[in-house]
Amino acid sequence: MKIALSKENILGLIALALFVVMTIIAPGFLSAENINNMMFQLPEFGLLALGMMVVIITGGIDLSITYTAALSGVSIAMMQSHGYPMMISILVGILIGLACGFMNGFIVTRIGVSPILVTLGTMILFEGVILSITKGNSISGFSDWYNLIGNGYYLGLIPLSMIIFIFFAVVTSVLLGKTYWGRCVYMIGSNSVASLFSGINTSRVILKVYLYASFLAAISAIIMTSRYNTAKVDLGSSYLLQSVAAAVLGGTEIQGGYGKVVGTVYAVMIFQILSNGLNLLEVPRTIVNVIMGAILIAVLVINFAKTKLGNKDRMQVTS
Amino acid sequence: MSEYLLRMEHISKTFHGMKALDHVRLEVKRGEIHALIGENGAGKSTLIKILAGVYQPDFGAEFYFEGKKVEIKKPIDAVLKGISIIYQDLSLFPNLSVAENICIGKDVYNKSWKRVNWNEIKKIAQKVLNELDFQIDLYTPVEKLSIAQQQLIEIARALAFDSKLIVMDEPTASLSSSEVEKLYHIIDRLKQKGISVIFVSHKLKELFTVSDRFTVLRDGKYVGTYLKEEMDEEKLITLMVGRKVQYERSQAVNHKIGNVILEVRNLSKEGNFKDISFQLKEGEVLGITGLVGSGRTELAQAIFGVNNPYKGEVKIQGEAVFISSPEKAVKNGIAYIPENRKIQGLILEQSVINNISISILKALRTKLGLIQRKKEVDLAERYIQAIDIRPAAPERKVGQLSGGNQQKVVISKWLATNPKILIIDEPTSGIDIGAKTEIHKLLRQLASEGMGVIVISSELPEILAVSDRILVMKHGRIAGELNIQEATQENIMNLALLGASPANHHGALSTVTQPSKGAMM
Repeated sequence: MKIALSKENILGLIALALFVVMTIIAPGFLSAENINNMMFQLPEFGLLALGMMVVIITGGIDLSITYTAALSGVSIAMMQSHGYPMMISILVGILIGLACGFMNGFIVTRIGVSPILVTLGTMILFEGVILSITKGNSISGFSDWYNLIGNGYYLGLIPLSMIIFIFFAVVTSVLLGKTYWGRCVYMIGSNSVASLFSGINTSRVILKVYLYASFLAAISAIIMTSRYNTAKVDLGSSYLLQSVAAAVLGGTEIQGGYGKVVGTVYAVMIFQILSNGLNLLEVPRTIVNVIMGAILIAVLVINFAKTKLGNKDRMQVTS
Repeated sequence: MSEYLLRMEHISKTFHGMKALDHVRLEVKRGEIHALIGENGAGKSTLIKILAGVYQPDFGAEFYFEGKKVEIKKPIDAVLKGISIIYQDLSLFPNLSVAENICIGKDVYNKSWKRVNWNEIKKIAQKVLNELDFQIDLYTPVEKLSIAQQQLIEIARALAFDSKLIVMDEPTASLSSSEVEKLYHIIDRLKQKGISVIFVSHKLKELFTVSDRFTVLRDGKYVGTYLKEEMDEEKLITLMVGRKVQYERSQAVNHKIGNVILEVRNLSKEGNFKDISFQLKEGEVLGITGLVGSGRTELAQAIFGVNNPYKGEVKIQGEAVFISSPEKAVKNGIAYIPENRKIQGLILEQSVINNISISILKALRTKLGLIQRKKEVDLAERYIQAIDIRPAAPERKVGQLSGGNQQKVVISKWLATNPKILIIDEPTSGIDIGAKTEIHKLLRQLASEGMGVIVISSELPEILAVSDRILVMKHGRIAGELNIQEATQENIMNLALLGASPANHHGALSTVTQPSKGAMM
């Protein structure tokens, strides 16, 4: 049997190796309770990372993604604490998230401002909106059913949020790999001019990319608010740059054109295993960051070297 | 001291195995205005860039300046020796002031601490501006100046560096006629100061006004150097065109020309082209030629919906349509194969399959909207077979194929959409000769199958080999139309350069004898 050693497969092996190492060296890593912990923490971050990845594949970036999530989370919390039914508040929360995504996509595609600037602006804008709504307070008062989304189990075994994450990971994978929109996402990321000249409506495709990212952010917000039983302005804000890091560690090309769901999922798992394992080993938080940063840089350097070598081989083939 | 300021000999330059320059020579006397002329792709720009130190010539080049053998390894070497280049699209710093632009790169620092010596800058700038008799506030940012004024700043900069040779690449391209007059005046002044000027232009009339001698290049080769007195426009055109490669004209069987498929009426786009009207029929190959910058590509892209709106009317099969985007063009059965294959035509990092299928991908989906990979692969393999794309490796990234095969991938992409109208811009640029004839044949064959084909090309032999009818553009307008029977390289060039009716020149052309090589050496 032969399995090509793609970027993604290497990452999978790294994730597996880390899991084994942590099992051996970290006391209680493999305990049911700890595994559960990890499974509850992973989905919210994973969804944001997937959203970020889709944007990065087009050559953009969405710095407003966690504040989009926070805004939809706060909206859901406000609605519920004012007695609106759960389903309606979730729906409104998602719509508000989509509105944020639409705003990003609209300014990027119709006005042509670069994504990093647009989303930097909307990030601050959304933060301001949340602050003026909440006055900086956290909002709680969710229904019991709502709390189940982030804390409940499916069949008493797998966390519900994990099921949601797996579902959306598969959906994202199918959208990117099997649909016209997904193909266009890669094509535009590789070369937007040639894509336009091939008859692709690049604006529409990119607009949908920002909508999709904001949709995943809203789903992530639902899981986060449900799990924490509260919503406030910094909901998930620590995930912002981590989600960029996860996408890039997962093999996504920062200039666009390449990126796979599997890769990002592995990268998210690596982050999760590392932070959890090092925590169990009682490594100080500051050192954890140093280790994570070092690993990220190491993997990126290896990837870079690999592509460079690949290019060299290719030159020899064609010359 | 030698009479020659500059002597370049045996200048060759090879790009990716293609000879752009082949043992070219150029000699410029002191205080001389020397015109460098040739068609698009004759090698003028390459030669200038070698002179400027941007490119390095191949081994064997000899380079003399002021009688001494010199080497120019990088642009600053040229500048310090006294060679200044004024490129067509100028190279100023728009947000810096007039004075800063003039002195940029000059040593204007105080000895201590390397602080900028502003007084020195002011002094130098004022001095050279006075020499040019050009009154302007030294602190104005250059972006606020007109193109003509910016050009003067470039000339002033050349003076500030004590240049002995100034190269002007198409200096009059974006000037009004009164500004051109002023430029002539300035050039005259430079000449009186003993400065030599190399003048590159496509406008033959002005070359005769300003230059003392001409050096003609053709296909990267040196044709000759001539005195103004022994030249006229007709003779010059013949020299530029010369006797060139003739591609075999492949006549397809059963070639019938049918109904009008595309009609363009009074099409205009500000700054690009004006009042363009023509018709294209089924089964016809319409050649569009003209100098680079004559608006050909802009016209084609407007019909394909890039950067629109345009003014005027486009009718497809008799029906008026407005093409607002490439997406809409594709829906209307228009395909456009751009000249800039690597940027506009292909997605190099993606596979051959993905590139061929992209424009037809929507039709290859199941009812649920999922792409049927099998159909995609079949499509790609069909075209790889049909038009012989090599290597036959559909999963390979397009960037790894040769130029000719890349072009075939772009053609496949568009044939897959089954277009009624195919517009192809410089179909064979950067493609070796074997693949060229193949592509010519393919275009003729497509027309014979009923497609309307527009071929845009600077290469006259190519236009003559594939077209049924030829439109010649000049300055964004149609300068004339020629049937294939009456078209020759000479009368096409006449239209492209002079815009005159070819009928006036038939007599004159036949009297021109082929001048011997290097008549004036």
